[in-house]
Amino acid sequence: MKPPAFEYAAPASVAEAVALLDERGFDAKVLAGGQSLMALLNMRLARPELLVDIARVPGLDSIEISGGCLGVGAMVRQRSLEFFPGLADSHPLLLAGLRHVAHPQNRNQGTVCGSLAHADPAAELPALAVAAGAELVIEGPDGKRSESAEDFFITYLTTTLEPAELLVEARFPLLPEGSGWSVQEVTRRHGDFALAGAVVTMRIADARVADPHVVAFGVGAVPLRCTAAEQALAGAEPGPAAWKEAGALVSEAVEDPLDDVHASASQRRSVAGVMASRAMEEAAARA
Amino acid sequence: MGERKISRVTVEVTVNGRRQSAELEPRVTLADFLRVELGLTGTHLGCEHGVCGACTVLLDGRAVRSCIMLAVQATGHEVTTIEALANEGELHPLQQAFVDKHGLQCGFCTPGFIMAAAELLERDPDPSEQALLETLGGQVCRCTGYEAIIESVRDAAEKLRQRGVGPLGLLAAALEKKAAPSGNGGGE
Ligand code: FES
Ligand code: FES
Repeated sequence: MKPPAFEYAAPASVAEAVALLDERGFDAKVLAGGQSLMALLNMRLARPELLVDIARVPGLDSIEISGGCLGVGAMVRQRSLEFFPGLADSHPLLLAGLRHVAHPQNRNQGTVCGSLAHADPAAELPALAVAAGAELVIEGPDGKRSESAEDFFITYLTTTLEPAELLVEARFPLLPEGSGWSVQEVTRRHGDFALAGAVVTMRIADARVADPHVVAFGVGAVPLRCTAAEQALAGAEPGPAAWKEAGALVSEAVEDPLDDVHASASQRRSVAGVMASRAMEEAAARA
Repeated sequence: MGERKISRVTVEVTVNGRRQSAELEPRVTLADFLRVELGLTGTHLGCEHGVCGACTVLLDGRAVRSCIMLAVQATGHEVTTIEALANEGELHPLQQAFVDKHGLQCGFCTPGFIMAAAELLERDPDPSEQALLETLGGQVCRCTGYEAIIESVRDAAEKLRQRGVGPLGLLAAALEKKAAPSGNGGGE
């Protein structure tokens, strides 16, 4: 339970980090907060030759609101975001979601972008990013690119990040005025990975649901954006009937969920629907 | 296999108020650095993959798992371990509360619980039930069944409130005293 040997580099700029990653390709791994990577190393499930620690790169730990987005730099600890002044007003969805991420003792070290890049399908942050329509700013040898969270996740622990690319910032659009939000999940213990969960945002306009976003997590290889449920909700009269119908559509949208000792596939499928229905109810109440 | 030559890294970190520096293999975790290099074995290792919390220490006042952190990541930061708590044989109020309220049996988990509780009480001298459970929920104890631990932390919180000081405030004061040259030629 000790990590295998590796070399260590602490570049002083993003360009330097990218150059190292470019040179070493798949043999290098980015180290940010280490809350996923270090566990993998200790269990020897990963054996990179080089760790590129980005904690010494100046400027990556900034949190700022600009252009209608909350920008979260690559080294922003989950806990720093949680304590960011005014987050309860500026991005209550993120605050609610962060409280479900592991334990405070992990959030103190773990980074927001690290969780996105790690792309565990049972983690909350990827689902929050998809539900919020986050844009991910990525830097590589050919310069900067930006990608929507929805396109970023490919499958288990796999994103569109190339070996030489670094996720430098996640930009979460602020919720439109009057939005309600909710994060619901079932875990064995608070702080554990979700067996199944859902993130919902919506507005209520003229007594009808508007702008619904429904994302389930823990049920497949990537956060699942449930468009059928969103279509059913849009324009619907808020109430138990609508939540139930849309929740059933979420269950239906879940293909091939994980089936393991923690929960069977059918349990995950049905819990995802129930979590989504509850999240819709709570989001509508807050809207 | 594994014959690659790995260059060492310099770790420079303040531990319990003392500056420490060492040349280490990069893979040495903060927990092993504390235990093996510095002999601070109060920081325990249970799962070694970030789940049990036995290895919890404070990094710049924030509770972290030292088993899933490299020593080199702590360079330039301040680490506080359980060893910093007692002051010349007098237990810290958190430690005393665990004794008084039977917050430990075998004691393996205790340093981790106490360090996690120290962060919480420093931030919030009178934490809500939810805040208390959220913090302590990140630590695992195989013996006590948790009730006595929760009671211990509540008790410590009350005692600290009575003294009008946070758990780390108390510590800083003690460290300063230790660091100060004794004025009377050692005639204690
Ligand atoms: S030993 Fe570090 S969390 Fe278990
Ligand atoms: S007292 Fe034995 S593990 Fe907690």
